Amino acid sequence: MLITLRSGRSSEADLRRRTSDLSETLYVETEAVTITLNHFSAAFVFALFASIVFGITHKDTARDMVRYGLYCFALFLGGVLVAGWAMWVLKR
Amino acid sequence: MANSTTEKSKAVPAAPVTMMSVLAPAIGWLIPGAGHMIQKRWIRGALLFISIVSLFLIGLAMQGRIYKANGGDILDILGFVGDVGAGALYILTMAMDWGQGAIAFATADYGTKFMIVAGLLNFIAVADAYHIAIGKKQ
Repeated sequence: MLITLRSGRSSEADLRRRTSDLSETLYVETEAVTITLNHFSAAFVFALFASIVFGITHKDTARDMVRYGLYCFALFLGGVLVAGWAMWVLKR
Repeated sequence: MANSTTEKSKAVPAAPVTMMSVLAPAIGWLIPGAGHMIQKRWIRGALLFISIVSLFLIGLAMQGRIYKANGGDILDILGFVGDVGAGALYILTMAMDWGQGAIAFATADYGTKFMIVAGLLNFIAVADAYHIAIGKKQ
């Protein structure tokens, strides 16, 4: 619906305001997807994806890629476990 | 001594500049794994795409923060360099104004690191795509 002033002509500012109101009415706020990972799950996800990229980019043949990827994955998770237990020992 | 150094530098041939050696890294930066895919390394490209995009999106979903090019703190600059490696993901995130919230819980900081590492891993993937393009790697 157009807004008319006393002179009978629509105001551009009023039109803009009304359009803004309309867009706010039609706007549906969507819930953002959130993920909460514990420390080990986060380390696992990190190790998995980083190992895949390391394996592909650091070796030439498919067999070497898989082997190096598994090696990196084991080192990542092994490092996390060793560091975790080391901190547990230091805390006692 | 100087002669041997000169001989060594002469022995290394310069990498040929081809269309693919420019295109593959550029597309690989914009879309993770695409630099491998345009060179018909489909499985490698798909795995790189899944790994890097997943890491970035999980980081975003963990309410990680995205860094901007503000030129202030050195750690912020390094964070920006890491983030910008994700290419189109970084551009999309900035355009949609995602990753701007304050870090609300401890593991959210992991999300920030996930996004930085995703960008850095993409830099490695880009270098790998370049090496394939110049024939240094199969």
